[in-house]
Amino acid sequence: MKLRFDNETGWLIGGVVALLAVASCIGWALSLRPGSPAHQNVIANLNARIKAWWTMAAVFLGALLTGGVGSVILFGLMSFFALREFITMTPTRPSDHRTLFWLFFIIVPIQYWLVGTGWYGLFSIFIPVYAFLFVPFRSAMAGDCEGFLERAAKIQWALMICVYCVSHAPALLMLSIPGYEGQNGKLLFYLILVVQLSDVFQYVWGKTLGRHKIAPHVSPNKTWEGFIGGCLSATAVGAALWWATPFTPWQSAGMSLAITLMGFSGGLVISAIKRDRGVKDYGSLIEGHGGMMDRIDSICFSAPIFFHLTRYFFTP
Amino acid sequence: MSELIAFLFRSLCGTRARWQGCAPGDQQRIYFANHTSHLDAIVLWATLPAALRARTRPVAAKDYWVATGLRRWMATSVFHALLIERRNVTRQENPLRDMLRALDRGDSLILFPEGTRASNLEPQAFKSGLFHLAKDRPKIEFIPVYLENLNRILPKGDFLPVPLMGSVTIGAPIRVEPGETKGSFLERARSTVWNLHIA
Repeated sequence: MKLRFDNETGWLIGGVVALLAVASCIGWALSLRPGSPAHQNVIANLNARIKAWWTMAAVFLGALLTGGVGSVILFGLMSFFALREFITMTPTRPSDHRTLFWLFFIIVPIQYWLVGTGWYGLFSIFIPVYAFLFVPFRSAMAGDCEGFLERAAKIQWALMICVYCVSHAPALLMLSIPGYEGQNGKLLFYLILVVQLSDVFQYVWGKTLGRHKIAPHVSPNKTWEGFIGGCLSATAVGAALWWATPFTPWQSAGMSLAITLMGFSGGLVISAIKRDRGVKDYGSLIEGHGGMMDRIDSICFSAPIFFHLTRYFFTP
Repeated sequence: MSELIAFLFRSLCGTRARWQGCAPGDQQRIYFANHTSHLDAIVLWATLPAALRARTRPVAAKDYWVATGLRRWMATSVFHALLIERRNVTRQENPLRDMLRALDRGDSLILFPEGTRASNLEPQAFKSGLFHLAKDRPKIEFIPVYLENLNRILPKGDFLPVPLMGSVTIGAPIRVEPGETKGSFLERARSTVWNLHIA
């Protein structure tokens, strides 16, 4: 899994830095304008997000530049912290304690070790076959039947979303695409960029034009206008980035569309899970530490689909 | 060293104190909390601001904290626990006397009035020591604290921790009201702690 740093990577990085710089300037200019307290709040929130994006971009670029290993470790940590939030907000019983220990300290490291070594065969089935059978077995060994099916399902879902799905992002580095050897870092960059841009565009379109809510009980901020505008804008940017990928412009547009649609579904599903768990209360429980789930919700769903589309169509 | 250990436990348990009913302050205080995990004393102590931490001593069971060298070192050198005898309480070896002595030296205390770790989340009945302390030392602030999720991080009867996120919620001080009986004060103290829970 050797990564090569080329001009195109440089352009991508430069583009992101320029984008963030422009966003910071706009945020700064907006913060100077007088407005109602509610308006000021929106601007402050926007500026906080821009700051967070700087940090995330720096961390992500750092990981990418250290070659494959840095990215695998970074996504492994993201899975670990997302799992921590997920299990914290999901009630389990004391008899699940040892199962959870396995989750954090054995299953997560093995999954990312498989990514790092590029063992695709086991990587793709380790969680859905081995871990999914082991989890209920270990809980049954603890001898507690109360809510058994529900407990097993919750833990399996935590693994599925936080670990299995997320691990497909760094797994892009293990694909060998003819004529694109050593350049997979750009593919990972492309995925993250399109996912994040789609989130931003959906937010911006939704705030400016949003009227018709899609699923107000699940996620009150998601509107059809935001969804369609966001997906199309991100798809357009994704298509325009074809030069950094193994795709043609049209293929790149198709891939970006798939990424944005999956990103949207991921965001919606994670919102539903959080509402089901009454996350308002848990949001305060994990004050100052939470947020990993919010960061990765759209990556969760788009990473495995993008991985498999690329693998099916572009590897021999 | 003490700062490092406090930091380690705060990160392991993902905790941060939520000062709901009062602010961190210099007053002499007794923090009393529910008890579900061996982590309770350390985590509550670790989430206090460093200046308060140095003067706040967890009251802990001697039999557990002197059992191994590491625990003894933690209890005596790191968080300066006030180790009390649970097993052979006599008129001379009385935990209450030790606590009063520590209070007279100006220390603040962390106390678990249930006496032992509970298996369920709602605190069990409080032991009467809290009432006697409150009655004897009316100037001291008695602060209720609810510790959440620590029992899931390190449950009773297990030694492997799972890195979930806990929380420390700190409420408003209570005192013995004029004419209040022991029973009703202890029950009120218990329900004040329980009412701080989030989930």
